[in-house]
Amino acid sequence: MLSEVYHIIQDDWPLLLIGQYPNGPLGGIAATLLLSVLGISLAFPLGVLVALARISPWLLLRAPATALVYTMRGVPLLVIIFWGYFLVPLLIGRVVPGFVTMVCALVIYEAAFLSEIVRAGIQALPSGQTDAARALGHSHLGAMRYVVLPQALYNMMPSILSQFVSTIKDTTLGYVINVPELTFAANQINNRLLTKPFEVFFLLAVIYYVVCWSLTQLANWLERRIAAKRAGSGGAYRKDLAVQDGQPLPAEL
Amino acid sequence: MQGFDVSAILLNPQLAGMLVDGFWVTLIIAVGSWILAMSLGILLLVIRLMPGRIAERAVRVYVSYHSNVPTLVQLMIWYFGIFSLLPSAFQNWLSEHYAEATFAIIGLGLCQAAYFSEDLRSGLRSVVAGQEEAARALGHSYIGTMRYVLLPQAFSNALPALVNHTVSLFKNSTLALAIGAAELTHAVKEVENQSFRTFEAFLIATVVYLACSLILMGIGAWLGQRAKAVGAR
Repeated sequence: MLSEVYHIIQDDWPLLLIGQYPNGPLGGIAATLLLSVLGISLAFPLGVLVALARISPWLLLRAPATALVYTMRGVPLLVIIFWGYFLVPLLIGRVVPGFVTMVCALVIYEAAFLSEIVRAGIQALPSGQTDAARALGHSHLGAMRYVVLPQALYNMMPSILSQFVSTIKDTTLGYVINVPELTFAANQINNRLLTKPFEVFFLLAVIYYVVCWSLTQLANWLERRIAAKRAGSGGAYRKDLAVQDGQPLPAEL
Repeated sequence: MQGFDVSAILLNPQLAGMLVDGFWVTLIIAVGSWILAMSLGILLLVIRLMPGRIAERAVRVYVSYHSNVPTLVQLMIWYFGIFSLLPSAFQNWLSEHYAEATFAIIGLGLCQAAYFSEDLRSGLRSVVAGQEEAARALGHSYIGTMRYVLLPQAFSNALPALVNHTVSLFKNSTLALAIGAAELTHAVKEVENQSFRTFEAFLIATVVYLACSLILMGIGAWLGQRAKAVGAR
């Protein structure tokens, strides 16, 4: 079986890596990663705005933001993608490639989930931070911008990275509307070979596993590092110093 | 373009019938894979609690695979890959007996079991150690301690995560579309093809999915409050 997988890699590595580019649209892993990076980086500012709206004291901001988050949490991504599939051309007045539809669907979907992460990060900060910033003369938005958000976003980095991994996994749904990404490429190969479905999809799973696993490890490492930093030992925790100084052990966060 | 009219779909017996059939398949897939996922999740937790490194490591590999490979790819492995490895007599039998929905239930169930077992494990870990010691000191056996003291608390600790993952399991049932199961999204596409009422068809699907998810979240919140009330007593 492994030799079959090896043959598939040998014959079709360009298709898996970049799709039919430069003779056709970008595909394969490159398109998957591009979709995820575009999706999460465009979703991020939107997510922060939605989070700020959700904790804002004005109902006029809070209500639509809350409705958006609950809708995105309650409706499958595939349905959102189908909405984008016929709404986006209707709104901008011309046919768009599936790639654009997919980016739009991902941005609005991931923004809702990112906003929940950011909101949790803001609410996890001690309220003394806001109080102190306000006492120093910052406005509500100023306190958010210069005091609360920088800390909250730093603490939330591991969760944001996990959301990025989710986004990579979500891009597989592009297959359903024929976006040329990695899953689509694997199905192309499978349709051509016909006799080796297990080998093809096994290879596909291995590729996704390697990408997502590495990023998950990175997120875990970041989380430990940030936990150590927040415990006040400045990066790596030095047991010898802590014992000498008679400090309490840093709490496991 | 025809005017907006949801009733053109809902009052048409044929179209409405297709949607209802699709909804039933969605429900069967969601409930079936939830039951599979929860039983397997508990089993994985029990295996993980057993002494010995090998069992622990096997569960870790299981969880790692299922949480790092996209659910859609897992379904494709089941439906296109493993299906093709089965003996052909069994393949033929399955093809005549809802192979798509069966593999959707297996694929989604095995995938979500990894998340459920992790939720339960962190729920169990957040029960303070004194609880176990106290239960043992009061004369409970290991099983009794689990059954009456640790697991109830673990469940209520894990409840928010379990509810979230139940909602995402329900949402993931749409992925069965990609392997050809005739679930709700599939039915909506059929209705759209027949009636050309794209907007109305997707609006109905969105409302149905949203309503079901909100009901699940509501049940979760109610269970959470009840668990809190019991805990405070």
